[in-house]
Formats: sequence, structure tokens, C-alpha cells
Amino acid sequence: MAKPKVAFFDFTCCEGCQLTVLSLGDKLLDLFESVEVVNFREASSYKGQDYDIAFVEGSIASSKDIERIKEIRKRAKVLVALGACAHTAGVNAIRNFHNQQEIRKMVYGDKAWVFDSILAQPIDAIVRVDYYIPECPIDKEEFLRFVSQLLNNMKPFLPDYPVCVECKMKGNVCNYHKPNPIICLGPVTRGGCGAICPSAGNACEGCRGLIPDANLEAMEWLLNEYGVSAEDKFRFYRMYNGLMGMKK
Amino acid sequence: MTGKDLNIYVHHVTRVEGHGNILVDVKNGELKEVKLEIIESPRFFEAMLVGRRFPEAVHIASRICGICSISHTAASIKAIEDALDIKPTWQTETLRKILMEAEILDSHALHSFFLAVPDFFGLPSVIPMASTNPDVVKTAINFKKLAHEICDVMVGRHTHPISMVVDGFTNLVTEEQMAELLKKIKAALKNDVPKMLEFFSRIKFPDFERKANYTCLVNPEMYPFYDGMIKSSEAGVYRHRDYRQKIVERVVDHSTAKHAFGPVKPYMVGALARFNTNYKQLMPGAQEAAKMLGLEAPSYNPYHITLAQVVEIVHCLESMSRLIEQLLSRGIRDERVERPPLAGWSARLPPAKKSWGVGVVEAPRGLLIHEYRINGNGTIDAANCIIPTAQNLANIEADMRELVPQILDRSKEEITQLLEMLVRSYDPCISCSAHLLKVDFVE
Ligand code: SF4
Ligand code: SF4
Ligand code: SF4
Repeated sequence: MAKPKVAFFDFTCCEGCQLTVLSLGDKLLDLFESVEVVNFREASSYKGQDYDIAFVEGSIASSKDIERIKEIRKRAKVLVALGACAHTAGVNAIRNFHNQQEIRKMVYGDKAWVFDSILAQPIDAIVRVDYYIPECPIDKEEFLRFVSQLLNNMKPFLPDYPVCVECKMKGNVCNYHKPNPIICLGPVTRGGCGAICPSAGNACEGCRGLIPDANLEAMEWLLNEYGVSAEDKFRFYRMYNGLMGMKK
Repeated sequence: MTGKDLNIYVHHVTRVEGHGNILVDVKNGELKEVKLEIIESPRFFEAMLVGRRFPEAVHIASRICGICSISHTAASIKAIEDALDIKPTWQTETLRKILMEAEILDSHALHSFFLAVPDFFGLPSVIPMASTNPDVVKTAINFKKLAHEICDVMVGRHTHPISMVVDGFTNLVTEEQMAELLKKIKAALKNDVPKMLEFFSRIKFPDFERKANYTCLVNPEMYPFYDGMIKSSEAGVYRHRDYRQKIVERVVDHSTAKHAFGPVKPYMVGALARFNTNYKQLMPGAQEAAKMLGLEAPSYNPYHITLAQVVEIVHCLESMSRLIEQLLSRGIRDERVERPPLAGWSARLPPAKKSWGVGVVEAPRGLLIHEYRINGNGTIDAANCIIPTAQNLANIEADMRELVPQILDRSKEEITQLLEMLVRSYDPCISCSAHLLKVDFVE
């Protein structure tokens, strides 16, 4: 069987997810054995236009981006959204909640009109996405598992339990049970990262997106219980999940 | 060759981080125009930071760049600490220095081996080298693995640190973990460094010189990445809080990345600027490495940026060993800090004496400045970020303007190749400030 042709594309983002792929080390070399990488700008000047699987990183943030992603969708058999920017629009969506004229002026002054930019959107706002690999940045193991499932004709899947499940398994003291409770989105965020943020003493900021049927009412109740202001709630949801209400 | 017409348009320069195009226009042997166009969609980080509580701001700042996430985190933290008058402990600062050097190692290994080297072998990427030069590829992978392990162990993840926060760390490495890392760093110095040096000493870099205004941090105590005053070879030494008097950002129509200019003309930041300015403070092995590579300070050849990066790889490995040894001899204290609580947190904020702060560090690609104004609620009111590539853009164009007339007698392919190599040599991170090179010739 011919090796599947794989391409990587980046849109507006920090490129941390592509770099995560590049940092697979020895496993990257194994990956290059089982697939043919035809387009990986970050690593190669060769530009192939014929591919089966397209990994797309980043958010759609300009009218040119819209044209480009439509073209990629036409060519790719399978389109995978790589990372939070592609999945939920990630941190790029933060700016959607500002006055667009003002922020353009803030950065580019009176030249703001020169640059093509639109509200930041996830890939599936423009084209159909077959699979998502969430997180900011993607998890190496999850990426490798995904690729091997896809190559072996198994349907890749994501865990549908919350981060809290993994956090409890790790034996962490819950952020809400600390003497000075810390806001944490673990209860409504899709697990699979191994609760790395709470485990490193920080809080879950929701980068893997919401679990299906997330109980946002219970979350709201919890945050109210701890006296979190409406403003702080919005701030926190709007780290990665500002556009959630607009998604199915 | 006089009377020559040349029109080069390189669409999407490859093996650089972000999307950029090169444009050269020569009419009758006279250079009309040289441009490095940045066509990346604007990112608006400053706008993303405004209205944010500072613990969130640090994590958002990290997302400006996947490869320099430690540097952005450090600059962000330092700006906040400067504004809130927080003085971190020696231990915290030492751990941050180690992290910064680990990031330099990671980023330089990526650039020098994976992105720059294929040019010298006429290859489109490093991938075919896995079979032709397996040893070299293995060495690069070892460096990257080591850097990732250091970050993983110290801050919970290699890209976008989790536990590195204002005033310290939410989780601390143990002495055992640091001792383990130290062993691996020493092994890399012994096994991988000689292979790297042997490989790079055989590469011939293009000859081209243009003296630039070299700008970087200076610090009497060490070859600085984390802290120091800013020194420009033309404007002298000045304090980080005075940067606005010395650095001017301008919006140019052909670039979504703002260009930054020195007081009089373009300036260079990054590995070569640091090497030229601070070479005397390099660790002994790194000085030795520079000799082996034939790199003498000052070098006015921008293609030598890659060599300066190789020297810095050696320096960072040695410096990290020294810092870890110091840390272990003092013992690691449990100085864990907590993320500010969710309610009533402003009550726990340190009294703010200043309302604004500036954080400056040396990112892998050079000077990185974050400046924030913070209000009494610990929320960011205004932000300004000056990214290394934005500072180098004007200098790259100045280099191209001088280089093109010198090589006009060569073939279009050669000229294009030299220009692409020049751009790649600066290791521009265009996604931060602006992707594959397609060449269109119009005659
Ligand atoms: S998801 Fe995160 S790591 Fe990945 S590209 Fe976006 S900001 Fe960077
Ligand atoms: S710390 Fe966060 S992720 Fe962990 S159990 Fe508590 S709420 Fe859930
Ligand atoms: S703990 Fe939350 S914020 Fe951290 S990686 Fe997991 S989902 Fe993302």
C-alpha cells in the first residue's frame, strides 16, 4: 500500500503545535517512515499540493485565510484541526471581544486600514473538520495515538470525561479545596491532558475545550459559591472558550 | 553586470517561522527596491493582554510564540514584577536563567541544524539528512530532547510553561531531578558537542560583511539572557525602562509586523549581536568552540548568526551546569507560590508603587520587550510588546540592499538562494511579528 501523503498547514497562531510535532524526536523519524510528508513549511522548502491528510493549525483571521482553508479542504481527504487555535479559535478569540476598530488602532495606529483582518474563528466555522486534536499545545502522545489509529483504519476518539477525573487520579489537592481557592475549569473541560496544569500547581484554563454536555449550570453555581465575579467568570471562559456559545 | 534587470519575488520564505516574501527590483543594473514583506495575519497580542488579570496575562503572553514561550513568559513576568515592585528570590531567578538557556538550546538546535543546514547541502529539508547524515540529525535531536526534558521537569511542559509565574513557581523541581538533569547536560557536553563542532567547522558560509548596530543585554555578572541593561553599539548603554527613548516602532505598509528602528538606523539583535558584544563572558568551552569554528568577535557577516548560535549552544550547556551546581550546593528550598485566589484576590496584591513596568530578556532571536500598565486591580490597562524579528526586519532589508549590488553578476537562482539564506540566517520568527518559498522571476 502506498504511504498516505500528509501535509501540515498553519494559520494564525503561535506554531507551538507544529513545533510539538517537530519535537517528537526519534518518534518523528518513525512517523516520517510510515507517511509521506509533502508539505511542512516549518521544516521543509518542498511544497506538495497532493495530499490525503491535512493537519491544520491556527485560527482563521483574514479573508485570505478563508480562501486558503477552502482550497485545503477541497484537496484533503481528511482534515484534522490541530490544537486549540484550530479547534476553538483558542487565545486568538480573545480579541473578538474588543472593539475591532480600537484594537487595530491600538496596534497599527493610523495605518490600521492597510491590513486584512477579520474576527478570529475556528477552522470549522468555515469548512468541515473531520477530527480534532485539542489542547494548547497538542499533547505528543495523543497526536501519535491519533496518527496510528488513523493509519490503522480505526476511528480516532477523544476522552469525554472532565479534567477533574484525571486530576483526582493524580491525587492532587483540588484547587477549590485549597485554603485560598483558585478558579479552575477542570469540571467542564475535556480530559486527556493528564490534568497537567493543576498537577503543576496551576489551574485548568480550559484549553481542551468543553466536554460534550458540559454542565455549565453546575459550574456557574460552583463559581458563585466561591464568590467569583461575573467579570472574572467571563475572563476565564474567554481564555479558550469564548466562542463556545456559538458552537453546536 | 550593468544594465541588468532583475525581478525577484520569493513568495512564502520556507523554513522560517511565519509567512514572509522577498521582493527585489533591479532596473538597468540599479537597485530600485528591496523588501521583506510580512504577510502574516495580524495577531493583536497587545489587545489580547488588555483587560486581563496578570496571572492570565502571563499565559496569554506565552502564546505569542511557540518556540520562544519561555522568553515571552519571562518578559511578561518581569514587566509585571517591575510594575508591582516584586523582587523574586535568588533561587527563582536562577531557575529562570536555567529555563532561558534551555530555550536557547532548543531554539538554536532547531534553527542551526534543521532550518539553516539543508541550504549547505542543497536540500529542501533536514528530512533526507536523516539517511545521509544520521549522526548529525541524531545530535540535534539529542539537544532538543534535553531542552524539552529540562522544561518538562521544571515547568510542567516544554512549550508554554505552566508553573512559571509571577514571583516564583507554583511547583518546584526537586534536587534529585536537577541532579539527574545535570548528568544529562554533562553527557551532552561530552558526547554531542564535539560532533556538532566538527560538523559546523566544515561548513563554508557565504562571504558578506556589513557592520550593523549590535544591540543586546549586557550584565557584568554573566553572558546575559535573563537580565541586564540594554547596550547598542551606537547608542550606548541604557536602562530597560528607557527603551522608548531609544527604540522607535514604525508601521510600514508592506508588513504586518511593525519595524523597529534604532535612533538613527536599523539595528541587529540576536545571537551574533550578543556574541559580538559579550564574547568575553562566554564560558571557556564556548570560547574554545568559537575558535574551532573560526568565528572571531566582532564578526560583521550576518551569515555567521548560525555559527554564533552554535557557540551559544555550547555556552548554554556549560552555563546551565554551573547554575545547577550552584543551586544544588545551596539546596532547593520549597518556595512554592500560589496562583492568586479567585475571589478577593486584589486584596492580596502587593501595594503597587509604580503603575507600569518593563520586562526585557534575550529571547533566542534577540531582545524582547514587554511593557504593561497595570491598574490597582492587578488588571492590564495597556501593553506593548517588541519582538526580536520586528527589530531585525529593517536590518535584513539594509543587508539585502548592500548585498544585491555585490552579487548582481550571478545567476538569478544563486541570487535568490543567497537572499533566502540571508533571511533564514536571521531565523526570523515571522508568526510573532509574520511561511514555504516560492520563487517567481519576472524579467
Ligand atoms: S493551540 Fe496553543 S500551542 Fe497550538 S498554535 Fe495555538 S496557541 Fe500555539
Ligand atoms: S483542581 Fe481543577 S481539575 Fe483538579 S479536581 Fe479541582 S477543579 Fe478539577
Ligand atoms: S489542565 Fe486544562 S488548561 Fe491545562 S492542558 Fe489540561 S485542559 Fe488545558
